[in-house]
Amino acid sequence: MRTEDLIKALDADARDKAMPLGKAWWLAVGVAVAIAAAVFCTTIGPRPDIMPAMHTMRFMSKFVFTLALAASAFALIRALSMPGASTRRAMAWMIAAPALVVLAVVLELLVVPQADWGKRLVGSNMMICMSFIPLIGIGPLAIFLGMLRYGAPTRPVLAGAVAGLLAGGLAATFYAAHCFDDSPLFVATWYTIAIAFLTLLGAIGGRLFVRW
Amino acid sequence: MTGKDEAELSGLLRAAIAGDERAYADFLHRVAALVRGYARRKIVQGGVDPEDVVQETLLAIHVKRHTWRPDAPVLPWVYAIARFKLIDAFRRRGRRIEVEIDEIAETFAEPETETVSERDINRALEGLPPTQRSVVSSISVDGHSIGETATKLGVSETAVRVSLHRGLAAIAKRFGRQ
Repeated sequence: MRTEDLIKALDADARDKAMPLGKAWWLAVGVAVAIAAAVFCTTIGPRPDIMPAMHTMRFMSKFVFTLALAASAFALIRALSMPGASTRRAMAWMIAAPALVVLAVVLELLVVPQADWGKRLVGSNMMICMSFIPLIGIGPLAIFLGMLRYGAPTRPVLAGAVAGLLAGGLAATFYAAHCFDDSPLFVATWYTIAIAFLTLLGAIGGRLFVRW
Repeated sequence: MTGKDEAELSGLLRAAIAGDERAYADFLHRVAALVRGYARRKIVQGGVDPEDVVQETLLAIHVKRHTWRPDAPVLPWVYAIARFKLIDAFRRRGRRIEVEIDEIAETFAEPETETVSERDINRALEGLPPTQRSVVSSISVDGHSIGETATKLGVSETAVRVSLHRGLAAIAKRFGRQ
């Protein structure tokens, strides 16, 4: 088939319209949040003392970390799924969430006596944390990998990893409302491991499923 | 030159998205020329046919045109897709070399296969279900319109459009999977 002929076929198919990618990403996030919320509410749910907890710095700081991660990963994955879009700025913003966590860890170490460091780090929920963040995040990750197939990422493995970070940030936001371990030491350790697992899963998914 | 290309091409694609089929054909012809030049510059030693890269890029641009933001420049988008498809073509060739030893035996057994054109897209076209294949080749190779194809095959225009759309999407997907 000559290129000339191919163009005839493409032109004849011009009328078919797909949803613009930017809009589709917002829709996908909406669906992913709904899925994560459904899984969260039907399994562990929020902690009973959530109202008084909301007046404490440590509890609220968890949402700052997880939402910073989700927001920066969302901006980056949108850019990664559009060929030729600049990713420099979005890439630089990815440092925000880890930087906030590091800052909080330093402050925690300054405030808390050394004897309590171990107790705060280990906490009482690490197994629940490491199983429920991936469990809440797996549905959103599938949605985001599907969105990458709908888009056109020229770096599928990286884009898949960022899909994992986005799913992880989202899942950790819900999980944080359940967990009693509010110390940045706990968050920096166990949340990171759980989110890293989703990130790895996302990278593998990007490698295997995101072909176009 | 590039600034002029950019303004004209993004104008054409915007018009095409708004429903101007003539603008879309213009856009695709201009993009084909640009990508052809790009592929010929990048493919210094043989093995990969630049025209295969042009065709795969056009298909990818077509099925992924919703990934272009109308307020973004169009050339970086086009070249990013072309580059991705070029790398894909090199990668695929690397794999095919290993397979070719087996294929030689078949070629000796069936001399007809040698007469088949070597274009990658023809192979993909042959892999389509019969209805999609006859619709796609009627419109492309034979140059018929949607209406003429519908009459010729005795189906509705809507059915032709659906088969064409699915057929093109399947060819594009096949290139991605290889």
